[in-house]
Amino acid sequence: MTLLTVNNLTVEFPTPDGSVQAVRETSFQLSAGETLAIVGESGSGKTVTNLALMGLIPKRTANISGSAIFETQDGPVDLLSIDRDELRKYRGRDIAMIFQDPMSALHPFYTIGDQIIEAHQVHNKVNIKVSKVRTIELLEMVGIQGAATRLNSYPHQFSGGMRQRVMIAMALVNNPSLLIADEPTTALDVTVQAQIIKLLDDLSKEFKMAMILITHDMGVVAGAADRVNVMYAGRIVESAEVRDLYANPLMPYTQGLLASVPRMDRPHTNRLSTIPGQPPSMIALPDGCSFNPRCGRKSEVSGSRCEEQMPELTPRGNQHFARCFIGESS
Amino acid sequence: MAKTVIAYVSRRLTVSLLILFAASFAVYVIFAFLPFDPAALTCGKNCNDPGIIEANRHRLGYDLPFFTQYFLFLKGLFFGRSFGEGAALINCPAPALGYSFQEHGCVTTLIGEALPVTFSLAIGAIVMWLALGIGLGILAARFRGRIVDRLSTIFVLIGTSLPTFLTGLLLVVFVVIRWRLIPFPSGNYTSFFENPFEWAQILLLPWLTLAFAYAALYTRFVRSSVIDTSNEDYIRTARAKGLSEGVILGKHTLRAALAPIATMAGLDFAGLLGGAILTESVFNLPGLGRLAISAVTKYDLPIIVATTLLAAFIVVIMNLIVDILYAYIDPRVRVS
Repeated sequence: MTLLTVNNLTVEFPTPDGSVQAVRETSFQLSAGETLAIVGESGSGKTVTNLALMGLIPKRTANISGSAIFETQDGPVDLLSIDRDELRKYRGRDIAMIFQDPMSALHPFYTIGDQIIEAHQVHNKVNIKVSKVRTIELLEMVGIQGAATRLNSYPHQFSGGMRQRVMIAMALVNNPSLLIADEPTTALDVTVQAQIIKLLDDLSKEFKMAMILITHDMGVVAGAADRVNVMYAGRIVESAEVRDLYANPLMPYTQGLLASVPRMDRPHTNRLSTIPGQPPSMIALPDGCSFNPRCGRKSEVSGSRCEEQMPELTPRGNQHFARCFIGESS
Repeated sequence: MAKTVIAYVSRRLTVSLLILFAASFAVYVIFAFLPFDPAALTCGKNCNDPGIIEANRHRLGYDLPFFTQYFLFLKGLFFGRSFGEGAALINCPAPALGYSFQEHGCVTTLIGEALPVTFSLAIGAIVMWLALGIGLGILAARFRGRIVDRLSTIFVLIGTSLPTFLTGLLLVVFVVIRWRLIPFPSGNYTSFFENPFEWAQILLLPWLTLAFAYAALYTRFVRSSVIDTSNEDYIRTARAKGLSEGVILGKHTLRAALAPIATMAGLDFAGLLGGAILTESVFNLPGLGRLAISAVTKYDLPIIVATTLLAAFIVVIMNLIVDILYAYIDPRVRVS
């Protein structure tokens, strides 16, 4: 069953220097229970895509267009066009979100119990004791020892990894069908990162919950995702099943990303490879393919097509899509 | 929990006492080394009789060495003090802050009369400015860039630029005399316990005068604090939970945004208790500020020392209260 269908999502931020096109004509689908990773460099539009879906971009600061049909408990809704007040009903209940930095994402003045119970109470007309029981259950599920007493602790009394577990418990308290995890491990110790990813992976299976995992860590992607969307300069440039993407990256940018990941199974004397140049300014994107100024393979394309024409995201078989003239069957 | 609170409070109290001790010494040094002869000042401007001056000097203990004088001053604070002997014996009970020859009375008694006036002025003013400043600040932040925000900016500009003596006079001229909105505060200051209505009537204009200036500052501060807090990640989390904008503002934003206001209000209140000199002078209120300013013009050193010390005492105590209160508001402070 398709849970979410995003069609032609475009997010622009008007600024005095010109319009920042953070996300452009992005379309993708997500099935129930599926984990989709969105990867890309900072500023590639991965976070903005998801904030737009959650309705967390203030309307006066951005122009948002396109549609995002989401299957809620009450039937399909377009997350981008419904009233913000109505959207509130689905936030935290059907879609939940966890953020990059669990220290700043939890309110420092309230106990974690208060904060999770509040998240349950807002969508369930039940006695507060019921919410409390549910909260303890969730905290135990995410691996917090002595959950019943830890309920009365404040965020600063937890370590970073534990705080992210609290955030996860809070996100799952209403059993959402979609969890958006925005770089959930970036602010954490390396040793804790793997635990959190494993926890998310286990819980998404247990709750039969779809997940959008935003990250720039290709290692995280390999461990947890079913599908991967690679974003560059506000557009999806490649989309594939995770195994397929690793085995056969088609877009030179994806190839560059994968080559820059340190690998245990390769000789470690080699220097890590990098992608030359910098991500383009989102106000003045280069003509043609946004990646062309940094692309090492554009000589393989005849003439100056890469500089003149934006390639389309075309199917390459086996549920694999790429936005590149190389290997295009035309 | 209770134990750590007691430990914290007692540690802070000890430090506060040390600070007050240091402050009293510093103030007393000024007293002793100022180029005035306190004894000469005791017998008026045209007094040239060295006999009287010397007698007064001895009576007030000004002939003693500096440290002995300071010790007697401290001792008087705790055990009271008497000046002179025989028929001319003057007894000032503890806490004795000295004897004023200009006002002919124990300084403690004079302060005891002035303090309730200043306290009444400060308490009414702070209630007004907190209500106005916080309310307007929140509105301005909530409707940023809209008409309410623009109007609040104008209010802030006027409030912060007008000196209180001018605001006070303008209020008297327009509100009382021109527009007759409030009857002219007739008569002298009346205690709250004597006649609360008259108390409020006399203090209304002074309250407005003070509140006007402070409310402007607080509006600006609350506005920016609410806007800053609205951009915090945990507010985004609250929104992602599906909370209504009202709950997000009332419970999540304001709790964090207004915490620093507690500190600010506490210290401003302490500052006012030390004497709202201008406002008291404009409205002829017999408060600490007026006591201090008249003491300065008359070189009434015992009162100057006492009012300065009292102001320091109030600031230290308010600081302590604010810190304890802050630990209650912000759980992160409790640990350290």
